[in-house]
Amino acid sequence: MRAWLYLLAFAVAAGIVTTPALLIFVFGGHSVDDALFVALATLMLVSALAVVSMRDIIRCGLAMIVCFLSLAGIYVIVGSPLVAAAQVIVYIGAISVLILFAIMLTQSKAAPAKLVFQTQAAPAAVAAIILVVLITLGISATDWGEVSVRVRLGTDTLARAFFRDDVLPFEVVSVLLLAAVVGGVFIAKREKDAPS
Amino acid sequence: MNLANTLDAYLVLAGALFCIGAFGFLARRNAISMLMSIELMLNAVNLSIVAFGAFIPGLRTTGSIIALMVIAVAAAEATVGLAIVVAIYRNRKTPLVDEYDAMRR
Repeated sequence: MRAWLYLLAFAVAAGIVTTPALLIFVFGGHSVDDALFVALATLMLVSALAVVSMRDIIRCGLAMIVCFLSLAGIYVIVGSPLVAAAQVIVYIGAISVLILFAIMLTQSKAAPAKLVFQTQAAPAAVAAIILVVLITLGISATDWGEVSVRVRLGTDTLARAFFRDDVLPFEVVSVLLLAAVVGGVFIAKREKDAPS
Repeated sequence: MNLANTLDAYLVLAGALFCIGAFGFLARRNAISMLMSIELMLNAVNLSIVAFGAFIPGLRTTGSIIALMVIAVAAAEATVGLAIVVAIYRNRKTPLVDEYDAMRR
């Protein structure tokens, strides 16, 4: 029952976060794409801030899922539906579940739950704010050359490029994934005769 | 002004997400929180790559291909990183990185 309450509260919070952007943009004479972009961007940044600042690490993991989901929506808006599908399958379906399992394996009641930040948190925040200002200035000052209108990339075009021109990196990635699976199992394996 | 049709909007968004991830990596004490912040940074870079691929004609398919590769490599990285965290937790009984001081003593 409480889980449903949390879910409901989260849905209400997401609505509160994204509704002003939607209203302003729809009634301000912008297109639907703009409104969706602003709403998804707001939701993504808010949930990313929740990931790095919330105290309960399980909730951090759940906020990370929301962040990945809104990023998948932004991929759809920018015109890469296949990347959005891969984002949902790999990040939400695999990596988030893996991280949630690792959280449950490494949560101990004895660990101090009060102090979640290092002592360098304040300088890190200042550095991050300076960095985002510098990135924004750099982006707005740069001329990106021949920028065209955003084009929706069809899956057939992408598949043709993937399996004809770039088939070697595709196969190399499969070897990399195999190596990662073997390495992960080897590292996390419990040794039988180790002195605990 | 057409926000969803400009390259700069996506790049600024990716920069903001990257900075949030960098702050989390520097500031959190829990090793798994740091891994989650790394995932945020990887996603930010991925967003900028996809945006470049959508807006620059010479990168049309290459952008999406690089993004898919980055997603696969991030999956591998998460697997090995979480395995290392679980292995260290089994030895030291804590997930907090500032208590991993075996190489300092």
